[in-house]
Amino acid sequence: MSLSAISQNTEIIKGGTFVPLYGSDSSEVYVRDFELDVYPVTNEQYLNFVKQYPKWQRSKSLSLFTDKNYLRKWTSDTTLSSDMNLNSPATNISWYAAKDYCVCQGKRLPNMDEWEYAAMASQTMINAQRDSIFNSMIIESYELPKTYLKTIGSTYKNYWGIYDMHGLVWEWTSDFNSVLISGESRQDVDTERNLFCGSASVNATNLMDYAAFMRYALRGSVKANYSLQTLGFRCAKSINKK
Amino acid sequence: MLSVFACNNASTDTTQYYCPMKCEGEKVYDEEGSCPVCHMDLVPVEESNKVLSDENEVSDASIFNLTSKWNTQNNETIELKELNGDVLVMVMIYTTCKAACPRLVADMRSISEKVDNKEVKYVLVSIDPENDTPQKLKAFAIENKMDTDQWVFLQGTVDDVREFSNVLSVKYKQISPLDFSHSNIISVFNKGGELHHQQEGLGVDNAETVSKILSLTK
Repeated sequence: MSLSAISQNTEIIKGGTFVPLYGSDSSEVYVRDFELDVYPVTNEQYLNFVKQYPKWQRSKSLSLFTDKNYLRKWTSDTTLSSDMNLNSPATNISWYAAKDYCVCQGKRLPNMDEWEYAAMASQTMINAQRDSIFNSMIIESYELPKTYLKTIGSTYKNYWGIYDMHGLVWEWTSDFNSVLISGESRQDVDTERNLFCGSASVNATNLMDYAAFMRYALRGSVKANYSLQTLGFRCAKSINKK
Repeated sequence: MLSVFACNNASTDTTQYYCPMKCEGEKVYDEEGSCPVCHMDLVPVEESNKVLSDENEVSDASIFNLTSKWNTQNNETIELKELNGDVLVMVMIYTTCKAACPRLVADMRSISEKVDNKEVKYVLVSIDPENDTPQKLKAFAIENKMDTDQWVFLQGTVDDVREFSNVLSVKYKQISPLDFSHSNIISVFNKGGELHHQQEGLGVDNAETVSKILSLTK
């Protein structure tokens, strides 16, 4: 595989350090250079994928990998429902399916640190974590209903040339299950502490970052076979330095 | 052999359906619907099951659908389906863990002593595959007196371990080079690789887990 060949749908994210909400030892995390899809994967792209790989069609997918909501709105194995937009983000897709989709494109899912690193860029800044206008824009977008019906590219283009990191759908990450909090925060009581080794290390670096907290809470609450209407994905690619 | 995560195109034969409760044994139907006995929705027979069915039936929900390859403490490479035929008791640990893992390992030993049945395998999957080489797993097995045929220690790739943790609903995160946070869950699978029971927490009463394992050996 040629390493210099960058497929037209990705942009390079220049690596760097940042402090994620739940980092290793709550400190800075280093993210290497990587490529990220410009848009979330669309209904049309996913439709083509299941035509090519029938094992991921709704009736053929294994229950080990997909729950009952997998591609729930599709009217058949290879037909979207009439109210679905080809250029809207593909949702109702499990983590296993999203992961395999990316592998089949010669890519992979981004990991959580990569995703958060790319997502903290506003239109003009690499790191807009402390930009109150940017943060309130994100939180406002979370409050809008049915944003999964919007068309890709309909939000903003960030510093890296990536669209829709906030405002359309939540997105799967390869290591979403490294978030050691339960989805229901009221369950995080002392009696649960035995469930997790090292639970003391799980503290929000900055609870003020409410938008990020919502994303991590979602990741902490889903399982890999869940297929949610508000959860899509995009792919990433490593850049191997020679 | 169809592999689940390799990008080969599966053929599209006509799908058949069966009752997940197997009310009428292995009976299959040509159309979707519900079981005439228990009225549960019929589920499609997976293509790969048909391929495997001449040897062993592998259901839709079985972990034997995973095609990842693992190294054992005896430096053999296996796929999970090679463990079929025994009840499987699985846990994810790492050998340098000083906090929860020794207690989880003790819980596994306690279960094995109470179950005392040859048709059960105890599988410990490392969440630190970069450090836990087959040699280290072997040493750990010997140190913990778990170096018999019934105990299987597995090293996978980082990606395959992440995938497997999702199958077990185990969460983990590396917090420093030799330290991980992780959920403490012991999972019980029947002989066909289907998840039947999970015990959560450390040092909990394992009576239910033990009786579940014993019922699955029959």
